[in-house]
Amino acid sequence: MNSTLPPIVEAKDLTVDFAAGRGMIRAVCGVDLSLKPGETLALLGESGSGKSVTLRALMRLHPKSAKIGGGIRVDGEDVLALSPSALRAYRGKTVSMIFQDPGLAFDPVYRIGDQIAETVMRHEGVSRAEGRRRGLELFERVRIPSPERRLDNFPHEMSGGMRQRAMIALALACRPKVLLADEPTTALDATVQIQVLLLLRELQREFGLAIVFVTHDIGVAVEIADRIAVMYAGRIVEGGSVRDVIGNPAHPYTRGLLASRAHGTLGKDERLKAIPGSPPDLAAPPPGCAFGPRCESFIDRCAADIPGNLVIGEGHAARCFRAGGANEMAPQLS
Amino acid sequence: MSDVANDPRDRGGAGTPLLDVRGLVKHFGGKGGLFGKPSGVVRAVDGVDFSVAKGETLGIVGESGCGKSTTARLVMQIIKPDAGDILFDGEKVGSAALDLKAFRRQVQMVFQDSYASLNPRLTVEDTVAFGPRIHGASASASIAKAHDLLHRVGLEPRRFAGRYPHEISGGQRQRVNIARALSLDPRLLILDEAVSALDKSVEAQVLNLLLDLKRDFGLTYMFITHDLNVVRFMSDRIMVMYLGKVAEVGPSEPIFEKPGHPYTAALLSSMPSMDPDNLTEEAPLTGDPPNPIDPPSGCRFHPRCRMASALCSHAEPDLAEASPQHLAACHLVDPQSGHPRLAAA
Repeated sequence: MNSTLPPIVEAKDLTVDFAAGRGMIRAVCGVDLSLKPGETLALLGESGSGKSVTLRALMRLHPKSAKIGGGIRVDGEDVLALSPSALRAYRGKTVSMIFQDPGLAFDPVYRIGDQIAETVMRHEGVSRAEGRRRGLELFERVRIPSPERRLDNFPHEMSGGMRQRAMIALALACRPKVLLADEPTTALDATVQIQVLLLLRELQREFGLAIVFVTHDIGVAVEIADRIAVMYAGRIVEGGSVRDVIGNPAHPYTRGLLASRAHGTLGKDERLKAIPGSPPDLAAPPPGCAFGPRCESFIDRCAADIPGNLVIGEGHAARCFRAGGANEMAPQLS
Repeated sequence: MSDVANDPRDRGGAGTPLLDVRGLVKHFGGKGGLFGKPSGVVRAVDGVDFSVAKGETLGIVGESGCGKSTTARLVMQIIKPDAGDILFDGEKVGSAALDLKAFRRQVQMVFQDSYASLNPRLTVEDTVAFGPRIHGASASASIAKAHDLLHRVGLEPRRFAGRYPHEISGGQRQRVNIARALSLDPRLLILDEAVSALDKSVEAQVLNLLLDLKRDFGLTYMFITHDLNVVRFMSDRIMVMYLGKVAEVGPSEPIFEKPGHPYTAALLSSMPSMDPDNLTEEAPLTGDPPNPIDPPSGCRFHPRCRMASALCSHAEPDLAEASPQHLAACHLVDPQSGHPRLAAA
């Protein structure tokens, strides 16, 4: 990874609001992201943490009623200012996305090969035959057995793991620079999940892709990512290299997540160190730090102010007044 | 602690397993498919034997299509087996000694989808009180029982009794499902991916709750999951299933430390690494689990197995002892099988 390269994905103070009932719900409140070419960032969080909403905002996939604030630049373009036609060219060509359910990414009534060919034709103006050739090449690349025959399959004729590979092929059809992955391995069996993770790692190296990978599984994040951003209630509460976040977690939420995992070294009759309570309702978030009510390191200040990003080490920061046991007066970023 | 052996309902004594399943078979389809096209037979469960001792937790793991949920539904008598016997505390289920209603009172199930398993028109309190009412308790006794159970699963009745399923979180809904399952004082609880849909921070709370309830009520668990870390934490013994068959069964520690079946070994090494300096470099298996409509001949795992020999493609291995009380259905475990790798060793 070349550290002098400019970032290919950059989000500044990203906010996403959805209309809900009479008011608005802020699902993402001030997320900063920066990703260099060839780098993988895992967005790790639970349901409602805003990880998928952040990802979709990078591709402007939200309905018109959703309000996106802040700034997003991808490959030098201001994504929030793109015209409808520029947005169509951007999606699939610069940035593409893979989902948890490949059944929804494909049209069930067209053959998969035709769907890939159509994508290539649309973005690159090539012939159908050329588009099919690209499809075949990609099917071989993602190691789908008997690729020629499989191009003529309808989506329902493939198994789950194979459909996931076909979706990766579709996403890479126009050689995008950024791949957005929304829990692409969550629905897969364990033995298939690891195959898909290794495939993505390999493709990333080969194509120099930048990947934003949304997951709720810490193990998956460790396998795939260079850096991890832990999200809670719409904010990135801790970010850093995988080694720092897993080996030296600074935010009490990250520490709690790691400690609550069932793992092999637990003795019989030992209990899990669960985090008490449940994630906050975004329609009525608690004042101050959203994790405050569940936090074992809670101090009065946590209910009064929202903690800023406290730098723990190089490239490692956490939104906690007491991060890493640092004193409360430590210098703060942003 | 409520003593499992001193349960007044106990018939067979401590030596008799609470649940004993013999030769369980369930095939689906096979006659007319869609638009009369002949469809294949799905061999969902194809000759499964196992037992669950009183007071223990049997974990069942396997990938989609391995038959773990079908096995649970067969035990629960939600679907009828094609063949095989289910003995509960020594009595055959459905016999004169143990009719279906008496059996179902003693066996309850919790499903993965906490919302779909609840009646949206019933309050939390009515949901939990429903079972006792049907089985003859008075309205006031049923409600008192419901409040007691809600308290036990960590839902304060004063706050939660009057709420509807859509008004509470997923973790709270699963607690309601657990309270409902306990409302008839069952002896066996079948948990089918009961924590899989929960957020990780909530999952740990529910697992702890299940451990507490097991101790307090003297329960026996059948715990079905695809999460190997969770199954190791919860289970005394583990049964690994593959394509409708038992691949391996035994106490958890030997299975995790020294698996007897190559499939179990592959499953274990498919778990994502938690060490950034020691990432997985090679996937232990290629391809997807095969379709149970047309399972491979011989050992069903042989097309994906690194150890497979010609023997494995035609002879089906029986369960053989890999270590004390630990059985694996692999020719490599049986010294008499004639697998070429045995001779080499």
